[in-house]
Formats: sequence, C-alpha cells, structure tokens
Amino acid sequence: MAFDYDKWIRPGKLPHIWCPGCGHGIVMKGLIRALDSLQLKKENTAIVSGIGCASRLPGYMDCCTLHTAHGRAAAFATGVKMAKPEMNVILVGGDGDGTAIGGNHFIHACRRNIDMTYIIMNNYIYGMTGGQFSPATPTGHKASTTPYGNPDPAFDIAKLAIGAGATFVARGTAYHAAQLDKLIAEAIQHKGFSVVEILDDCPTTYGRRNKYKSVVEMMNRLKEVAVPVKAAEKMTAEQLQGKVLTGVLYKEERAEYTAEYAKVIERAQAAK
Amino acid sequence: MSKKVAFLQGNEAAALGGIYAGCNFFGGYPITPSTEVAEVMSVELPKVGGKFIQMEDEIGAMAAILGASLAGSKVMTSTSGPGLSLKQELIGYGCIAEIPCVVYNVMRGGPSTGMPTGPSQSDVMCAKWGTHGDHPAICLTPASVQETYEEVIRAFNLSEKYRTPVMVMPDEIVAHMRERIVFPEPGEIEVIPRKTPTVEPAQYKPYDTSYGDVPPLAAFGSGYKFHVTGLNKLPDGFPTTKAEYVQAEEERQVRKVDANADDIIQFEEYMLDDAEIAVVAYGSTSRSARYAVNIAREQGIKAGMFRIKTFWPFPDKQIKALAQKVKGFIVPEMNLGMCSIEVERCAQGKAVILGINRVDGEPVNPDQILEKMKEVK
Ligand SMILES: Cc1ncc(C[n+]2csc(CCOP(=O)(O)OP(=O)(O)O)c2C)c(N)n1
Ligand code: SF4
Ligand SMILES: [Mg+2]
Repeated sequence: MAFDYDKWIRPGKLPHIWCPGCGHGIVMKGLIRALDSLQLKKENTAIVSGIGCASRLPGYMDCCTLHTAHGRAAAFATGVKMAKPEMNVILVGGDGDGTAIGGNHFIHACRRNIDMTYIIMNNYIYGMTGGQFSPATPTGHKASTTPYGNPDPAFDIAKLAIGAGATFVARGTAYHAAQLDKLIAEAIQHKGFSVVEILDDCPTTYGRRNKYKSVVEMMNRLKEVAVPVKAAEKMTAEQLQGKVLTGVLYKEERAEYTAEYAKVIERAQAAK
Repeated sequence: MSKKVAFLQGNEAAALGGIYAGCNFFGGYPITPSTEVAEVMSVELPKVGGKFIQMEDEIGAMAAILGASLAGSKVMTSTSGPGLSLKQELIGYGCIAEIPCVVYNVMRGGPSTGMPTGPSQSDVMCAKWGTHGDHPAICLTPASVQETYEEVIRAFNLSEKYRTPVMVMPDEIVAHMRERIVFPEPGEIEVIPRKTPTVEPAQYKPYDTSYGDVPPLAAFGSGYKFHVTGLNKLPDGFPTTKAEYVQAEEERQVRKVDANADDIIQFEEYMLDDAEIAVVAYGSTSRSARYAVNIAREQGIKAGMFRIKTFWPFPDKQIKALAQKVKGFIVPEMNLGMCSIEVERCAQGKAVILGINRVDGEPVNPDQILEKMKEVK
C-alpha cells in the first residue's frame, strides 16, 4: 500500500527538531501510516503530548494538536475526549514524560479505560534535558545523573499499563518500523485505552554515554532483544533472558469510560 | 411571577451559578472546604447533559478542564489551598495558551495543610503571583451566598470575553455559610458566549491579533485544525523564540486584562462620601467591616467601607482617589497583610494604613475594627 505522508504533515513545519539517528521520526512515520490506512479525518483527530523530544511530534501533524505540560498529556486528553467522545484522541510522548511526572495520569487513564491511544516512545532516557535517567533507564546504565551507574530498577512500561487496566497493550521497536503501522492502527481501532510502547533510541544523550558506537549499533540491539510474542511461546525461560516481547501483549474487552458516562447522563435525566 | 428562592451554602451556590453560566464540564478533586462544589456538580451536571469527572489529583483536574475547554466546553474546577498550589503550573498554561476556564478556590488556613476547616484570605496573592512568569490575573472575592452565585457567572463571562483563566476566591466562611438566595430567571443575567472564528478553517490562526487583543478561539472537533502549546508562540500557534513576537505576545496577554480594568473591576462604596476613615475589606471580613462602620456612624465617627469585589486587577484608581480624601485606611483581613500591601502601593503615602491581621482561624470581628479606628488621628 502506498501511503500519503504529505497529507498528514503540516505544511511548512519540517524540518523537525530531532537529531540525526533519533528514533522518534520513525515512530511518527509509523503513526502517519496508521492514520492513513484507517483514513481518519484530520479535523476529527486530536494528537496530544506532554513535554520532551518525543512530545514535539504533534506540531508536525496536520490535525488538532495539543502540546501540553510535562507529564499532563493523558489528563488534558481525558478532557478533550470527555467533551468530544466522537473525536479520535491519540497521545504521544516519552518514557520520562509518561512514567515519571505523568505516571499518575497514565495509570488512571488505563484504569478508566477511556477510548484513547497512547504511543509511548521509550528511549530509556530524558533526551530533551540532556540525558538524565528516567524510570525506564536500565539498572547500571549511565546517565548524566547516574555517573556511577543507575541504582534504580526500571519500569516495564507495557506491564505497568496492563497492571493498571489498559485493555490493549502492544510493544514495538523503531528497528521493526514496518510493524508499527499495524500495531498503532490496531490500537486506535480498539475501543478502550490502548497503549503502544515503542522502544527507540536516543543516540545523542543515551547512546554516547553507554558505549554505543553508532546508531546502527543501537538499532541492532533493538533487533536482537525483540522477540515476537508468538515466537516466545516456543522459547525457554533461559532463551528469553534479556529479551523483550513485541507485538500485541494484551487485549481485553471492557466497559469504555465515555460510554459509561453517557449512561450516567441517562440515569441522571431519568431521575429528574 | 415570584422568583425561586432557596437556603444554600456558598459552595452549593457556586455550582449552581456555574450551571446557570452554561458550565458543561467540571473536573474536580476533593478537598475541604470546597468539596461541596464537586458534589453538587456531580449531581446537577449530567441532568443538563454536562459532564463531571473526578480526576486523580488537582493537576489532572486542571488539565482536564483545559482540554475540555479547547474542545469547546465551558469549564470549571474547584479546590482549596494545597490544591491551588498544585494547579499553578497549568493555570499558567491557561494564561499563555489563552484558554477560558474558571478556578474556584476556597481560602483556608495555610501554608501546606494548615487549617483545613479554618477560614483564611491568604491565597489572594497566590491568585496573581502563584504561577511563574508574567501573566494576566482576574480574581473575584464574593462576600455572600448570593454574590458567590453571581460572581461565578461573571467569572465565566470574563473568562470567555478575555480568553483567560478567572479565579473566584471566597473565604471558608462565605463558602460554608447558609443564606437565602434568590435565583435569577434564565436570561436575566447575561451569559457571554465564546468568540469563535468566522473565517474558513484554512485561514484560521488561534492567536490572530488582527481581531484585537482577544482573538477568536475555535474548538477541536468543529472542523478547525490548529496547534496549541505552552511555549511562546506565533499568531498561528507554533512555537517561536523570536524576540519581537515573544515581547509582543507577553505584553498583549497582560494588556488584554489590565487595559480593560474598568470593565472587570467591581466594588462597593459604603458611606464613603464624607468618610475620614476607609475600611478596605473583602469577602466575609467585609461583613464585619459593614457592621463596624454602622456602629461608628452611630458614635459620630466618619467611617465608611470600600468593599473589594474584584481583587485582581486591583482597584488601583479607586484606592488612589480615596487616599486623597481620607485620613486613614483600615485593612482587616485573614492573613498577615496581603491586601494592605496593595493599598499601600496605591495610597503612595497619602494616608495612614492600619492592618488587622488574623491567621488564627477566627474571623476579624467588628470590635477589632472599631478599636482600630481610634488609632486613626
Ligand atoms: C514541570 C517540568 N519539569 C521538568 C521539565 C524539564 N523536562 C523537559 S523534557 C524532560 C524529559 C523528557 O523526557 P522524555 O519524556 O523521556 O522524552 P524524550 O526527550 O526522551 O523524548 C524534562 C525533565 C519540564 N519541562 N517541566
Ligand atoms: S536528544 Fe535524543 S531524544 Fe532528543 S532528538 Fe536528540 S536523539 Fe532524539
Ligand atoms: Mg525519553
């Protein structure tokens, strides 16, 4: 299928701010392919982000775009979706934005199961501020604020989403770019809160401190650690050591929040 | 036709005032002494097709109302002290992105958890200086249940007219006392709608100043596509660091409120014509002040009251003029001297200023004000 990228890019807003080799652009292209294949209406699609390199994505998209404050995308988006349940609401942002400062809004959006899709670009670091560790930075790794190695354990973001009640959770990587459109499209079509964690890279602030010699090396690591869920079923625990599952990790049908609130309105009006 | 009356609490009146003004989205988080607003909204909003959501914290509630406002709703949140502190970053977001919303904050003792059930007036400076950066501020301080109802409606009107967050800040006494309230008929009090664009979507710019200092605001999902950010921005909504734009934008955002101070500022002058002593009071404290002025007059003391209804923008012009006439100001308030600073700034040394400052969770009583009058020589 040929995709119409130009249709979705806001005229005059490129070039983007991302560094050469940054994975965020790969994610944006995946999102565009998903939107294009679903033929969503641009003026009926809101793309909401927090703050960070990843959160700059909405500005390039020719939709209703909202670049909020650090960590607050899910809460702003909840207001948009409640006000206009007929809109497609897509959240984008980084690992730091979503799981540190925005962790509370993230888990509660999962719990409510409000019909929005959250694309979380996990580059294991606070890229925009120069490479401080995030809740996703692996233990032992170097960041500008973990010069002796990170003492913190890391979140498994997809597991966090499942635990908090998201009803569709998938994981992809910036290396497996061709699969992103399908994962994102499936997430958008799912009725409920869907989360797509995308492992990507920040060569500028993370790669360089953790002895990756090139972007190619970072991409190769993504290729090596990723194991599709189907393939994992046939692997032993030993073989799965150090691997990350990709694909659709969890899916469930459960009452969706805006539909439930419509029932609240019905009940309130019936009692009037 | 006789009007509908009720016996209500300030907080209940605030919620019903919001609904009169067309509020159709409320984001809340419980906190004493403001929780009744959320409770009443959770009952009443769905009846009129509106939506109530209890968010995970006050930051989330503030974010949700801003998002809903951008999607075309008329929005409100309510909170108190600690919650107001949490909301501050996003109140600034509302200012810079120019998103109409009403923030109702009941003033209780602080800082921190302070005195959750005790009255206070110590958030008035927070209403202007709480969020970082230069920004516009509108804050209303009602003194009765009826006025709380009406000022919430006015807050909605001002927020739509000037495309900016507006705060309503009753003290805990006003918020929790019960009084008779007479409801206005539908249409009796003007409700100002949002100015929306008339241009084609392709031509629309959310900060197009060719429409004046308050550009029209489209709603997400209404056919218009546009970008909103908390960064300094160009007329089309996209970020910029170009000096000339940033300077002009910041100045415009403050100017749109300050240059319209006469439209925004409301006050009451009570027995001030021949007054030698002016008591400057707001909220429940103005009720003690009125009582004290009445007794003073019986005793032949020429006292009057200037009652602040709009705390921000501060009634500079009126206080300046009064300073030329009176010997002294008495400023009773439930804080350690916040309104006093503003009165001092306006009086420019032309009259003495005596504060009465209580932060012990008790109201300023009329006797204290009468006593203080003796000190004005
Ligand atoms: C309230 C607040 N705290 C801190 C910051 C500074 N800040 C900006 S971006 C960022 C981290 C972003 O990291 P992430 O979400 O992982 O995105 P990335 O840049 O890695 O794509 C931080 C800490 C801020 N803008 N606002
Ligand atoms: S700093 Fe890192 S995350 Fe930010 S644009 Fe550069 S590579 Fe991407
Ligand atoms: Mg990151």
